[in-house]
Order: sequence, then structure tokens, then C-alpha cells
Amino acid sequence: MTTDIGKFKHDSPMSGVLRMERMPHIWCPGCGIGSEVNAFAEAIKRSGIDHNKLVVVSGIGCTGRVAGYVDFDSIHTTHGRAIPVATGIKLANPELTVVVFSGEGDLVGIGGNHLIHAARRNMDIVVICNNNFTYGMTGGQVTPTTPTSAITSTTPYGNYEYPFSLPLLADAAGATYIARWTSVNVRNITQSMEEALVHKGFSFIEIISPCTTLYLRRNRLGDGVDMLQYYQENTVLKHGCDTRETAIDFQGKIVVGKFVDKAKPTYLEAVDKCAVRLVGDDYQLYGKTIPEREAEEKAEKERVAARRAVVLAAEQAASEKAAVKAVKKVATKAPVKKVAAKKPAAKKPAVKAAAKKASATAVARKSAVKVVAKKAPATAAAKKTRK
Amino acid sequence: MFFNNLKQLHGTVYINDIWCKGCGFCVQFCPTNVLDISPEFNAKGYHPPYAKNPEKCHDCQYCQMICPEFSIFVTKDDEIAKGEAEK
Amino acid sequence: MNTVSADPKGVDSGPHFMDGDQAIAEGALAAGCRFFAGYPITPSTETAERFAERAPEVGALFIQMEDELASIAALIGAAWGGRKAMTVTCGPGFSLMVENIGLAAMTETPLVIANVQRGGPSTGLPTLTAQQDMMQARYGSHGDYAIIAMSPDSPQECFDVAVEAFNLSEFYRVPVIILSDETVGHMHEKVVIPPADQIQVVPRNNYSGPKADFRPYKFDGQGGHPMTQCGDGYHFHITGLTHDERGYPVMTAEQSKIVITHLMEKIRSNADQIIRLDEDQIDGADVVVVSYGITSRIAVKAIQDARREGIKVGSLRLITIWPFCEKRIRELTGKVKAFVVPEINYGQMVLEVERCAAGKSKVISVNHCGGAVHDPEVILDAIRKANQ
Repeated sequence: MTTDIGKFKHDSPMSGVLRMERMPHIWCPGCGIGSEVNAFAEAIKRSGIDHNKLVVVSGIGCTGRVAGYVDFDSIHTTHGRAIPVATGIKLANPELTVVVFSGEGDLVGIGGNHLIHAARRNMDIVVICNNNFTYGMTGGQVTPTTPTSAITSTTPYGNYEYPFSLPLLADAAGATYIARWTSVNVRNITQSMEEALVHKGFSFIEIISPCTTLYLRRNRLGDGVDMLQYYQENTVLKHGCDTRETAIDFQGKIVVGKFVDKAKPTYLEAVDKCAVRLVGDDYQLYGKTIPEREAEEKAEKERVAARRAVVLAAEQAASEKAAVKAVKKVATKAPVKKVAAKKPAAKKPAVKAAAKKASATAVARKSAVKVVAKKAPATAAAKKTRK
Repeated sequence: MFFNNLKQLHGTVYINDIWCKGCGFCVQFCPTNVLDISPEFNAKGYHPPYAKNPEKCHDCQYCQMICPEFSIFVTKDDEIAKGEAEK
Repeated sequence: MNTVSADPKGVDSGPHFMDGDQAIAEGALAAGCRFFAGYPITPSTETAERFAERAPEVGALFIQMEDELASIAALIGAAWGGRKAMTVTCGPGFSLMVENIGLAAMTETPLVIANVQRGGPSTGLPTLTAQQDMMQARYGSHGDYAIIAMSPDSPQECFDVAVEAFNLSEFYRVPVIILSDETVGHMHEKVVIPPADQIQVVPRNNYSGPKADFRPYKFDGQGGHPMTQCGDGYHFHITGLTHDERGYPVMTAEQSKIVITHLMEKIRSNADQIIRLDEDQIDGADVVVVSYGITSRIAVKAIQDARREGIKVGSLRLITIWPFCEKRIRELTGKVKAFVVPEINYGQMVLEVERCAAGKSKVISVNHCGGAVHDPEVILDAIRKANQ
């Protein structure tokens, strides 16, 4: 059962994206943040963005730790201030691609004022908001997006406030790219992130994800797998949907898709236009005239496109090579121990339950694995919530 | 199959059972049920996955994308003979 | 501290007639500041207005953020984006900024904050002068950290102090706070801006060595360590969490000891190089008036009258407020009969003077509750009393 960590770290496709020396990370089993970081890594690879020109800024909270785990220029700011710090970085060096990766408590709770103003200015940054309906790092309190009636540690008798709908909030503030997905739609997240990374203007991507240890447990919603299945069965794909219809009720339908994708001059473009009117064509920002900056930008765009082409070509070549060469490789190295033969279950949930039952039976004493029949209420799990 | 030379891809799954926290995502959402929960425990007391039917892996990489612990990845294999045999 | 001559683009050489606030903006531009994020607040808005006017022609970027919190957060981003950055505010705004001043101190980010003080507390006297934020400047944010603070007494010194503030913040990679006040800020006087080659400026010291050896920090209690900027490919990480020299979080008591000792000693052990005082007839003085900012100019009248009465009185003007000139006060203690400390607050810097005098010399504080400057007579009486 021992994996050669060094080899795994080296071979893993995430080796260029994660600070491997800081793994394993602190997120709970079944948390959705990891899936989002995978999608982020894939989006960066496919978009061709130069790793040296990418900056990730995170605030405080579980998702705030993303900045510490990704291997780019990254800043872990104070709670709620990721967006203004990102604004400062982008305006200090417009060539950079600046991504804010934080949770909804950080971005919309304490940092809400900065979110709406950065959106209003159409600041050219990408904001990825992991919405798990709770303040995870501090033990699962209510956030501005927690659905009404949900139980959290600070709404022990049910949340009686009215939550924000983040796409509506961002749209009302002026964001020019808005998308929402759940953490199970990793391919769609990747595509949205790819588009956002090259989108000129304020991009906002909301990703609904499970907080297994706190939100799901307190609301008896099962574990990560249950929640991801719930997403599969309850998301409604509506590209271009009117953001006023994107509210989320407790255990209700979740509208996902790309809601807004429009062009509007970014903050810096507006600054340039005004300055040229004042100072004339030899206006310089940080010692570079606009033609110089545009030339550099175009050159960078070409490099990005070239890298993107290389990535796509590599994938194409790999699949063709797969079709040509004949050698069949034997499977993985994980130990395959003979488990009591069991009837292949028909439906997916049954498979999961059967798998869990199989492992439970294989272990003599009652293991930590929670035996949960699908849709049945939590069984012997202690009623008292963990303090 | 009318896809003339399109072949079924095949992949090899690599699992890091030290980091795995037994969330079950990969097992649950693998479209071809390649993986299953291993009865073994890892050092942290979780049940990592293992490739129960490795030959059914079509390198869709969904497990790699969904794994929150970055503990599983798939490499593409060269798969001509099996494809031929099926035809 | 290696210095180069200033970038002529930001230097508007020659004599001017401007107020203290505008002089701070000109000083910043001369020092190479090319990023300003601020929020309007009386009596400091003139600095922001001046910077906004000058930004296009200098090629700097001015942005008015949604609040002071966002302003200083943007500064931290801009500093790590490779720019010299500053903001200007006043009491209420400064109070909103203190958390991120702590972040700037912890992440050793160079930036300058001008605090043009007004009557407090709370909304207080928005248009009237005071010096009641001295301790807040030093101890505003939570936790142990050290900053540098300076107090100009005239528009000309606003310009000079602004340049020096940037040099100190770049070298020591620490927030430097300019503690001006409403009177100096709104007082128009002659300001002579020297030609660019006569202004010595500390350039941003960015690391350029091999990537593997780069460390954003070096915890040795010294300044002058190179930093980096986004886009240079070093993939640095900085965080407000207690961290190691790579910037990675290490949340242990041992690491906290290393980091805090460094943050404190970086300023404290270099106090002699940092502190700048303006002394007049201190040798052989019986009474020394310790003052700063606008109060020091009022004290000049009292000191002249006292000397006419034959009292041997010296003047010690603090240009650098923090770190406090402990050594100098201790040197004078015992030799002088008394210190007289006039300040437009209920007694703040006087506490430092008392601490250093340690009872060996009398310390007489001449408090004022803000909204106006002292009446020189009051200071003169204190000097007379001190002389008995």
C-alpha cells in the first residue's frame, strides 16, 4: 500500500501547478476546492497563459489557502481584501493575469464592497468564488449565500436571512463575464476558467461545492459523494439565463451555465483614453507609451496562442499515437486483494453502497467507514454535532 | 463500428494512497467502474481506491479532475490490439 | 543604502507656493512613487487631488478606491506588482487601514501612508488640527511589529520627509507613516524643489539571482534585503500568517519568535540611522523643549521669549517620531533640569520622554485638546516653571 511519493509528485500532471513540497493540503475529505484547483490547472495549461505572468491572490478561509498551494506568484491577504490587492497588482503591472481565488465568505461577506466596486470598474481580473454556503475555516457559520432554513453553527435553528444570488450581484455591479458551475462539472469549470483568463474585463466564476465536515453534516446531507450526485441530479443548465432567476433555495434546483459574456472597456483602457486626451500620443504609463504596451500585449497574445496550439496539438498527436502503436500496457500497481465476490450492482448508488459494505465486511471490527444506505437517513452517526 | 479508424483509448491509473482521504469521488464517478474502494487502510485510516478493472479505463481523466486530494492521475496508453480484436 | 538621483519625470524643480498636502504628493512623485490609491477625507484630500492632476504627465497611476481599506490593500498589491506606492488619509481612514498596515509590516512590504491628523476622536473636528494619532501610528494594528513615522513641520519639510519616507520604506521594507496635521497640510508656504540630480532616491531592490536561492525574507534584524515583483518568474508566496524565509506558513511559537524579533529589531537596532532630529542650543541648556510638527513652530516663539528672560532653553524637534529617540533623551537626562513637551493631544509622546527620563529629570507636558495650536504663552509659562 505504499506509493513512491517522490515519483508520484514528479509524474503527477499537477507538478507544474502545485507547490508539491507543501502537499498534502489541509482541506477535508470530499471538499470541493481540490476539484476546482484541478480545473484551474487544466484551464491554465489549455489557455497557454505564461506561468510567470500569472498571479493568484486569496483571502482568508479554506479557499484562501489556494494561494499557498499553487506554484505561481501568490499572495495570501487579509480577510476580504483579495480583490483590492489584485486590483493593485493588475494596475501596477497590466501585463499580468491576476486571478482571485477565494471563498464566498471572503469575497461576498467581508469583502463584498470590494467585489461590487471592482465589478463596477470592470477591472481586468478573474474572480473564482468557491461557494460552499459556509465559513469553513472557522467551524461552519452562516454566510451571505447560505440558503434560508439551512443549519449552521451560528444559525442552529435554521438560517432566517435572505441570501445573495452571486451571479445577480455580480451582474448588477457590472461584471462582464459571469458563470456558475458546481464542483462536479469540472470540465465546464475548466472551460469557463479558460474563457475568463483571456476575457478582457471583470470575470466572475461561482462554483458551488460541498463542505462535507460542516455544512453537509449539520444539515444531514450525507457526504461529498451524496452532494456531488445531488448536483448531477439538480443542476439546470441554462446558458445566458437571466441572472435574476439564479437564486438557490435549500436543496433546491441550481441553475448553472455561462450567464454573461459581454465586452466593455476595462478600467485601464478608460484611464489610457482619458490620459491620451490630456497628454497626447506620447502619454506613458510607467514609462511605456500606449503603442509600446499594445505591441507587447499583441506579442504576448501570440505567444499564448502558440502555447495553446502546442497543447492542443500534443493532445491530438497523443490520441493518434494511441491509435497506431500496438503494445498493450498492464494496469496499475495498486494491490488487488481478493475481496469476497459480490454481485455487480446495477445502479450507481447501489455500487457505492455495495463497495462500502464490501470493505466494511472485509474489516472485522466496526471501521470508521460510515455505512449509509442511499437516501436512507444517517444511521448510527452520533446525533450530537461535533464542537 | 462506423467510426472507421477511431480506437477506444486506454489509460493507466496511478493512485497515491498516502494522500487519499477516502472521499470516494473517483470510485463513484468513474464512467466505466474501473475503480473500487480498497479494503486496505492507509496511514490516516482511510480506504483509498484501487483499480479493480484496469482494462476498462478509457483515459477520460475524470477521476484525475475530480480528485480533491490530487491523488490520482491517468496516463494514456497505446491501445491498438484490443481495438482490433473488438472489430 | 545605495541611492540614485531621482527620475526627472516626477520632479517639478524650482520654487513653488503650495500647501503641505500638495508638497507630500510632489515629494512622492520626486521619490519615484508611481502608484497612488486613496480615498477622500478632510484635511488630506489635496494630496490625492494633486497626484490625480500630475499622474498623466508623470506616467503614474492614480485610483480612488471605494474605501481606505481597499486603498491600502491596493498599495500592498501595487508594491508587490513592482511600484512604489502611497496613500494619504486622516484619523478615521487610518483606523480603517490599520489591519492592512499590519499585513504590510508582516509581509515586509514597502509603502508610505500620510496621516494628516485632525481633531478626534471619531469624526471629531474634521477641519481643525490635532496630533492625537501618534500612538495609533505606532501601535494601531494588532500584534508586535515596528514601523517608521515622521512628522513634518512645514510644506517644505513635507516634501523632504516624503522623499525620505520612500527611501526608508524601500530600504527597510516597512510601512512609513508621515504624521502631518491639518495646519501644516493646509498652510501655503514656499517650497523649493531641487533639480532631479540633487534628490537622492533609494531604487526598488528587486532580486535577480537564481530562482532556487530566492527567499522573500531574511530574518536577521536588518534592512536592505531584496524583494521581488509579480511577473519576474520567482513564483514567490507571501502571507500574513507567521511564515518562514520562503514565505510559507509556519505557525509555531518558535517561528513567531524569529519573525517578530526580526520585525522589531529591523527598526530598533537601526534606530540611529533612521532617526533624524533638529536640535538648537541643547548644550548647556537647563530646559529642553521636545516638540514636533506644527507645535514645534509655536514653541519657537515661546523659546525666544524665554531666552530673552535669560532662561537657558534648548529645542529638540523630533522629525522622526518612531522609532523614538530614546538614546538622545537618556543622554540629556540628568544634564537638564526639565523637559517641556508641548503637543496637541492629551499627552502621548510625553509618555515616551518620561519613560526615558526615568525620574532623573522633570518632564512637564503642555497638553492641548485639539482644534487649534498652543498659545505660546502657555508654553512659556511651562518653561518658566521648568526652570525653577
